Amino acid sequence: MSVQSTETRRIPDRLGTPLSAAVFSWPSLLLVVGLVLFVVNSLASPYFLSPWALSDATFNFTEKALIALAMALLIISGEIDLSVASIIALASTMMGLALQYGAGTSELVLIGIMSGLVCGAFNGFLVTGLGLPSIVVTIGTMSFFRGISYIVLGDQAFKGYPASFAYFGQGYVFWVFSFEFTLFVLFALLYYVLLHRTNFGRQVFAIGNNDVAARFSGIRVERVKFILFLLTGLMSGIAAVLLTSRLDSTRPSIAAGWELEAVTMVVLGGVSILGGAGTIQGVVLAALIMGLVTFGLGLLNVPGIVMSIFIGLLLIFVIALPIVFRKIRNRRR
Amino acid sequence: MSAIVKMREFWLAVLIAALVFAANLRAPGFASPSRLAGIVEDSSILMILALGQMVVILTRSIDLSMASNLALSGMIVALINQAAPGIPVPMLMAVAAFSGLLLGALNGVFIWGLGIPAIVVTLGSLTIYRGVIFLIAGGQWVNADAFSPSFIAFTRIEVLGLPLLVWYAVVIVVAFVVLMSRTALGRSFYAVGVNPTAAVYAGINVGRTMFLAFCISGLLSGFCGYLWVSRYVIGSVEVARGYELTVVAACVIGGISISGGVGTVAGAVLGALFLGVINGALPVINISPFWQMAISGAAIILAVVLNGRGAKRSQRLILRTAEASA
Repeated sequence: MSVQSTETRRIPDRLGTPLSAAVFSWPSLLLVVGLVLFVVNSLASPYFLSPWALSDATFNFTEKALIALAMALLIISGEIDLSVASIIALASTMMGLALQYGAGTSELVLIGIMSGLVCGAFNGFLVTGLGLPSIVVTIGTMSFFRGISYIVLGDQAFKGYPASFAYFGQGYVFWVFSFEFTLFVLFALLYYVLLHRTNFGRQVFAIGNNDVAARFSGIRVERVKFILFLLTGLMSGIAAVLLTSRLDSTRPSIAAGWELEAVTMVVLGGVSILGGAGTIQGVVLAALIMGLVTFGLGLLNVPGIVMSIFIGLLLIFVIALPIVFRKIRNRRR
Repeated sequence: MSAIVKMREFWLAVLIAALVFAANLRAPGFASPSRLAGIVEDSSILMILALGQMVVILTRSIDLSMASNLALSGMIVALINQAAPGIPVPMLMAVAAFSGLLLGALNGVFIWGLGIPAIVVTLGSLTIYRGVIFLIAGGQWVNADAFSPSFIAFTRIEVLGLPLLVWYAVVIVVAFVVLMSRTALGRSFYAVGVNPTAAVYAGINVGRTMFLAFCISGLLSGFCGYLWVSRYVIGSVEVARGYELTVVAACVIGGISISGGVGTVAGAVLGALFLGVINGALPVINISPFWQMAISGAAIILAVVLNGRGAKRSQRLILRTAEASA
């Protein structure tokens, strides 16, 4: 997908010192962008800087961000899953069906998460078991999974979830900290440890950089990738539980277009779309930035579709600028 | 050997014929010439778009912005027509195609000049272009009564029993047959996709070839913008939303390999026709249209599974034909 093979590779004469490396790293660049947005937002709208407003702001990105955490690992390993939003639709539909048969809150949660896992396993089997390219497989399952929701629901909707089910999408753990946001923080820590502090995480990077070399190093590439698809399915299932609980209804069009937003979050977070590089810190910051942009613009009454222009420009320019700077620097030498 | 190359397209054509036959059993009259012409008319836009996407996919890229490009170019000509109904329609077609070309070239500049992966660039432009529609139209729709009669007629006038919309597709398909098999540019799309490094040593500018692929997909998207608005008589932000993946689906079903270098004009056309036949057949055999999405999803998965098995063999064959023609 790139023309890298035609470029000469430059090997730096001197590696940056750890401090300068940390200062100029992708996450710190994102942090600066985030802080600027934060200040601009609080100057632009008097309603922005209150704990409850900020807490409300977290709701519009936590579900997507949960998926983005798992998607980051998947993209680092060189694969992608475009079916995540459709998994949400299918899992939510399954929960709605279970509700019709009198399932209680705990069964609903279990069914939502299990549906996500089953969908993830299906994707994982097609990609790792049959050796098919994940981008096409998941474009297929994307319409397949959501298609099942449409078959079940048509233009109808499931409603009337139990009151205790509402806690997952609407409840607060402590003061302004919602259940959703708390869960996101916990999972962000878990994924940080998984990617950056375990053998499994090293294997994910190894596969993304060179899966042939990884195979010769004794890494079970297929198994690792399968687990990553399972994790993405799992997170989509969890997101389905949260979103269904928050909306208190299921429609087949639920979470439409989220797959591209989740990928945008991951790429904005500095994960290389070609695989092999990326951090969880970056993805978390990108999620916060996207949340800040949408919420801040929302307070200024900017319509959602115009916000998407900003997100798109942010995506392209955040990726293009470092490349442009590098080109200018190389030209000077 | 050429017979084997044609195998996949041949079997896809057989499958489409079988679908038409089966639908005709359940609902007699489905296979009548006028109904079939209707299905071809319904799939014309998808066919044109699939050809544009094919060129991009051949070079190992993907254009996710096609549907947004289509909607934006369509909105531009819709607004022009609303403001100045006197401007002749062929000129509006040129405007739509040119605006599409510019939007496609913009994608291409980022991909060629900066080496950003196509999926990232077009993911961004997908949202940007669609947002711009909202801005230029001020959130308004262009409704049916706002269009001039000739704006609507230029897809509907019948020539030799078929509406003009179909003829546009026919002309573009013929142009692509020539482009892909008889021109250096067409062959270089394959060369870049099969082996970019070898293409460089063969004297092909890989970046420029990708840039041109995006110009072509943009040009066709823009032209389809006019066709879409004229055919469905509406200009809005929601036009063709999510259609980019349907276009990719048509290509995949047509046997165009997402890893580049493999695919034919016939495959893209048949892939689009396959989806068109399914969409046309569902209502007449009394299956709820809500089944359509799951069926096309299943078709994509099945197509990928089948393509995956023959991928290695056909890739070598494409190379051999390329060598033979060189």
